[in-house]
Amino acid sequence: MTTEAPEAPKAPAKKEEKEESFFGLFLHNLWSANTVTVTILSIFLALVIGAVLIVVSDSAVLSTFSYFTARPSDALNASWDLISRAYADLFKGAIFDPAAVQAWFSGTGDWKTALNPLSETLTYAAPLVFTGLSVALAFRGGLFNIGAQGQAVIGCVTAGVAGFAIGLPAGLHLIVALAAGLIGGALWGFVPGLLKARTGAHEVITTIMLNYTATLFLGWLILQNGVQDPDRTDAVSKTIESTAALPGLPAPLRVHLGIVLAVLATAGVAWLINRSSFGFELRAVGVNPPAARTAGMSVARTYIMLMVVAGGLAGLGGAVQVLGTADRLTGQVAGNIGFDGLLVALLGRNKPWGTLFAAILYGGLRAGGNLMQVDVGVSLELVTVLQALIVIFIAAPALVKSIFQLRDARTARLGTSMAKGW
Amino acid sequence: MSGVSTATVEDLTEATAPKRFWNRQRRLGAGLVVIGLIAAVIFGSVADSATARFTLSEDAEGAALSINGQFGAILFGIVTIAAGAALLAGVAKRWQTTLLTLGIVTFVFSFLCWQVAGKFLPLVDTASGSLELALPLILGALAGVLCERSGVVNVAIEGQFLMGAFGAALVGTLATSVWAGLISAVVGGVIIASLLAVLAIRFLVDQVVVGIVLNLLALGVTGFLYERLMQPDAMKYNSPPRLPEWRIPGLADIPVVGPVLFETNLLVWLALALVVVIHLALTRTRWGLRTRAVGEHPTAADTVGIRVRGLRYMNVLLGGVVAGAGGAYFTLVSTGAFNKNMTAGAGFIALAALIFGRWTPFGALGAALFFGFAQKLANYLSAVGSPVPNQFLNMLPYLATIIAVAGLVGRVRAPAADGVPYVKS
Repeated sequence: MTTEAPEAPKAPAKKEEKEESFFGLFLHNLWSANTVTVTILSIFLALVIGAVLIVVSDSAVLSTFSYFTARPSDALNASWDLISRAYADLFKGAIFDPAAVQAWFSGTGDWKTALNPLSETLTYAAPLVFTGLSVALAFRGGLFNIGAQGQAVIGCVTAGVAGFAIGLPAGLHLIVALAAGLIGGALWGFVPGLLKARTGAHEVITTIMLNYTATLFLGWLILQNGVQDPDRTDAVSKTIESTAALPGLPAPLRVHLGIVLAVLATAGVAWLINRSSFGFELRAVGVNPPAARTAGMSVARTYIMLMVVAGGLAGLGGAVQVLGTADRLTGQVAGNIGFDGLLVALLGRNKPWGTLFAAILYGGLRAGGNLMQVDVGVSLELVTVLQALIVIFIAAPALVKSIFQLRDARTARLGTSMAKGW
Repeated sequence: MSGVSTATVEDLTEATAPKRFWNRQRRLGAGLVVIGLIAAVIFGSVADSATARFTLSEDAEGAALSINGQFGAILFGIVTIAAGAALLAGVAKRWQTTLLTLGIVTFVFSFLCWQVAGKFLPLVDTASGSLELALPLILGALAGVLCERSGVVNVAIEGQFLMGAFGAALVGTLATSVWAGLISAVVGGVIIASLLAVLAIRFLVDQVVVGIVLNLLALGVTGFLYERLMQPDAMKYNSPPRLPEWRIPGLADIPVVGPVLFETNLLVWLALALVVVIHLALTRTRWGLRTRAVGEHPTAADTVGIRVRGLRYMNVLLGGVVAGAGGAYFTLVSTGAFNKNMTAGAGFIALAALIFGRWTPFGALGAALFFGFAQKLANYLSAVGSPVPNQFLNMLPYLATIIAVAGLVGRVRAPAADGVPYVKS
């Protein structure tokens, strides 16, 4: 779909290609506003702004700037030291710590310690894949599912309640709990889909409102008898049964089956969008609803189905969060996975596999951010800033293009997704 | 595009089709009868047959309106049913709004009679509390009016609140001046607004996307600086002075209304004045006409020589000023210190008030007051240990907005070009 439109202007460009060497062509394309370059430069810009924030908020380093003109090296060294330590921690916490890997190979360390960063990254990424896919799928059908957060919350609730309220053998219980999350999210997605199809109520408005409704409902539910942990007075539910928990690697590693399910879901959504007839319909509706209607498709039915599937995916994200890592319901059990899923989908350019990689990147930032907070004392909130900044730059490729004076790309179409208002 | 075409189709069918029996008025009437029955039967049977006292002061003392709780619940429920029945019977259209309002108000009264039976509800405290809780919502919704009437969707009210609250706390503490705090709150709001303006108007990014991402950015930046600066040294960075309460002698002595409206802080008067000013400016001035033109049909506005993008930039920044001042409420009026994510969704309730108030200043004021009252009531009920969970009352703004946009209570329509970037061709 995306490649067809720019096919035409490609023909004249081909003549130039012959005159250039492969390497020259590579360099030429490297500094043009194509998807890969813009993404990498966006991450780079976000890291630069993050570095400024780190320095500005550190009083010890800031004090060296007071005599900057007298001895600039002090300030520069202190800043560089702080920034490099923070970002090194980000890397060590997200991918691997060279020291731990070396210890593993030399036999003094544990393989678990060496693999822990990757495990953490994938643990954080798993629910984000689902919520990201939810938003990306809806986007392709022309709907903006801001409600992934609320759907994930309801998914948490139904999966969690199924996890501790009923007793079933292992395996079956897990499947039932996951299905409960799926259905809960799907129902929460059905409401805005139905309202959109029947009354034209804008899905952005209704889903924003349903997000908070879901959170308040969760806050009420976990205080009820039968849900609240009888041994606790605060808002914490019972722990889910071990039969409903997603199986994972041995103890210190937290990664669980959720990431495998996430990859399967990605493949499933990719098939759904690109190969199924429903996918064809939703893409047609997403590009041009009146034309789709003229072609005999039911736009209303597509909207409802789309929101049900998107809601189900987000609900699964919530279920994975509860059954994989959280183990019980709390007021903040869903964290920010719905809104993060929105960023992930935008970064992944609403493509299933792109969303998967974006989720892993965000999971890595989160995992590395934890180490950064413990080690250098740079608040984890920096990760939120980085995540938001990356998406701002991705969403405004013209900004990145003008900052770095990039050439126009030959093929990549970097137009941002439709702006259609309420 | 599609919205336009479906609307015309609907209008055509509505005009030509024979009058349906279940028109909007009858549906509303049926709804009122149902909630009236709930009030009279359920509230009436559950309510204690004890005196409900609505005191005209801030505590249990002084003069009070008293009624038997059970009797009141049933009585007001019956009035709701009557209002609904009148609508069902098909009264003249000009009575519709009056009867609808009457029905909803008496339903609320019936609910209150049930809840307050055997206890007391201080009316002055409830009114001033509602107004105070509504204060950020009014300012946030007005910021939304400014942006959206000129065609820029503002989902970033939450972010503007957060930056405003943070700026007010930080600068207010450093300068030990509440006015410096107020000004920097405005600056904080304008920072987010300028990002919104540049990204939405200059770089044509989807405005809902920008808004959501800017909310997250504001959450991250304020949370980051809070943990790095304010948490380690709260005395130095996070103890701003509070906005003083002023009392207008004479006017403040009027019972009930006096202490609510004339013994309060500057921000309340500012918000109420802004409602009037923005309403008059939108309907009576050249700027207002141009703003509405740009929000409804930018191409036509451009044709007659209005600078579409310039006007949108100005309105978004003005919105940032107003929303930033609303953010100051959280640190300079409400709690007296900044905390991570302290706005907790208030920006989205303000958005709901904007939509529920149909993108008009007075509508936004009414919606904000209603939502503020719902919050105040939720606080009161949880304080007196009511069986009604306060979470459900807190859901009210969101559910009311969903009902409103779904067209169940009148048609809610956004400015036609709201959210559509203008590209000069």
